[in-house]
Amino acid sequence: MRFIFKTRYQYDIRIFKHGGQKFWFGLLTVAVLAAPLTLDTFYLGEISLVMVYAIAGIGLMLLVGYTGLVSLGHAAFLAIGAYTHAILITYGVPFALSLIIAAVFSGLIGAIVGLPAMRMTGIYLAIATLAFAFIVEHSIGHMQDLTGGFRGMAVSRPQMFGVDLGAPVAFYFVCLFVLFACMLIAINILRSPVGRAMIGIRDSEISAQSMGIDLAKTKSLAFAISAAFTGLAGGLFAHKLGFLTPDTFTLLLSIQLLLMVVVGGLGSLHGVIFGAIFIGILPQGIAIMRDSLPPAISQIAGLEPGLFGLILVLFLIFEPLGIYGRWRKIRNFFEEFPLYRKATHKRQKSYLRTERVR
Amino acid sequence: MEILQLLISGISQGCVYGLIALGFVLIYKATEMVNFAQGDMMMIGAFTGFTYINLAGLPFVWGVLATIATMAVLGMLLERLVLRPMIGEPPFAVLMITIGLGFVFRAFAGAVWGNEPKSITSPLAGGVFRFGEVTVGYENVTVIVATALLCAALYLFFRFTRLGIAMQAASQNQLAAYYVGIPVKRIFTLVWAMSAAIAAMAGILVAPISLIDPMMGFIGIKAFAAAIVGGFGSLPGAIIGGLVVGIAEQFAGLYGPPGSGDVSAYLILLLMLFIRPEGIFSTLQRKKV
Repeated sequence: MRFIFKTRYQYDIRIFKHGGQKFWFGLLTVAVLAAPLTLDTFYLGEISLVMVYAIAGIGLMLLVGYTGLVSLGHAAFLAIGAYTHAILITYGVPFALSLIIAAVFSGLIGAIVGLPAMRMTGIYLAIATLAFAFIVEHSIGHMQDLTGGFRGMAVSRPQMFGVDLGAPVAFYFVCLFVLFACMLIAINILRSPVGRAMIGIRDSEISAQSMGIDLAKTKSLAFAISAAFTGLAGGLFAHKLGFLTPDTFTLLLSIQLLLMVVVGGLGSLHGVIFGAIFIGILPQGIAIMRDSLPPAISQIAGLEPGLFGLILVLFLIFEPLGIYGRWRKIRNFFEEFPLYRKATHKRQKSYLRTERVR
Repeated sequence: MEILQLLISGISQGCVYGLIALGFVLIYKATEMVNFAQGDMMMIGAFTGFTYINLAGLPFVWGVLATIATMAVLGMLLERLVLRPMIGEPPFAVLMITIGLGFVFRAFAGAVWGNEPKSITSPLAGGVFRFGEVTVGYENVTVIVATALLCAALYLFFRFTRLGIAMQAASQNQLAAYYVGIPVKRIFTLVWAMSAAIAAMAGILVAPISLIDPMMGFIGIKAFAAAIVGGFGSLPGAIIGGLVVGIAEQFAGLYGPPGSGDVSAYLILLLMLFIRPEGIFSTLQRKKV
């Protein structure tokens, strides 16, 4: 059993909590760097997609898992990032620069959408983001000159310093690099006062405010950061798709992103990766399942979204902390072997008191 | 004349939004949960009506009653099995769970009834009233009248009956309501049954106006706009919000740039959230510590 004794604040915010973590993350780094040597290009493509989802997931996790604000419209930020990036590179802006501009632009839009967040909580905000996503989807469809409208637009192949980055192996490394950078930025944001303020707001707005945290500023900052990450993912997503249409970025995609953070485990960056792997594998799993099931069941048109919904419901009822939460329980069981108590992970229930007067 | 015609179709469309919004508001008022699957419950209600009336061949009135009863039972089951375990969880978890339920309902309807649009044979549809140059379909009149009646009934229920007042108490403070002897859990089950029954009525009333298919539940999102505009948690607000959204949509569709009809509901919603997030009929108050 390991006990980490913290005597200084520095110990609490350091990246690696103990040597074991260094070892395992080192091993993981070696594994992902060596993956292209052993894996088929098809699997590399799938892993790149998982990494793109994970980048978007980091953004959403910062918002939902750490600040406690729900967004039902993150597909819109993905769309803004994807279209901005695709349009910029057709005009000859260098790959890396255009990706950064896409992230910044969608971050700015995020800040604007986050403005009403200062006055709204919970459901109101969720609904505002939902409305925003619909408006973005429709506007993209109707801005024919810029985005190709509902017919869609082709995305040119990524190039940097004359090197083609569109090939599976090269694109794998691009995604890996961006994911790594985003992870590092996210970890550092969470160690900084801003990140701590975000967590404070999630746990109790009233106490956070009493301790001098500027709610409005932190919330819209959280929105902007989250949108920027998602926009960045959008840029890479555009290359992954190769062809953009507004119907890609529907409510279903937003829900898929939310599913990712919930299934992975709210309030943990590990969870993002678990969740991304999960939603990356799921469509393949469903495709395999379709072959083995009787046609009466496998031919249902809305099977995939239906299953997404079902999984979301089951996770929320039985394991609200997601895969990471389950993993932590298992790890705790072994770490404190004979002394493990079920009540350690008991969820605290809070009974609602409304703010309504009538 | 054109304006009057638009106004009337806007009002009847608005009443549909209002009806769905009533279901939202009812659940929100009593349980402080937001049921995102309300539109999909309406869709299931419409399909249940289709099954009873067109497939099983029940007379219209009996078919409607059977639909309402079936949906009420479905609402109860839903509350017992899915939402009861969520009492005391953060509100957003409940929100997500109902979104998930919506997707499940849609897949279910697609599997059972197929994806082709269907219509219910109804004695309330087909004919038109004429007032000068303005024509009003029977189905539009039915929607407007039924909405008005339902609204009045709900208002009286919440204002004057013991049960209605108990529901309000349970929504304002679950724990305190429990202490004074209100069976909070049973009340929640009842509220879900009521809301599902309203969804069933909305489904049957909408069926003659727009055909029924598994995707029709998406108008629930526009109904959401209606509920917000009216001020979440206010029953008359839901209907008025519905009317605002319905009328605006008709006018934007005809006079605005292409595509603005579809977006107008969301634009109104965002505008409302920016200007007056608490809605026209505010029921919110800043929490004091």
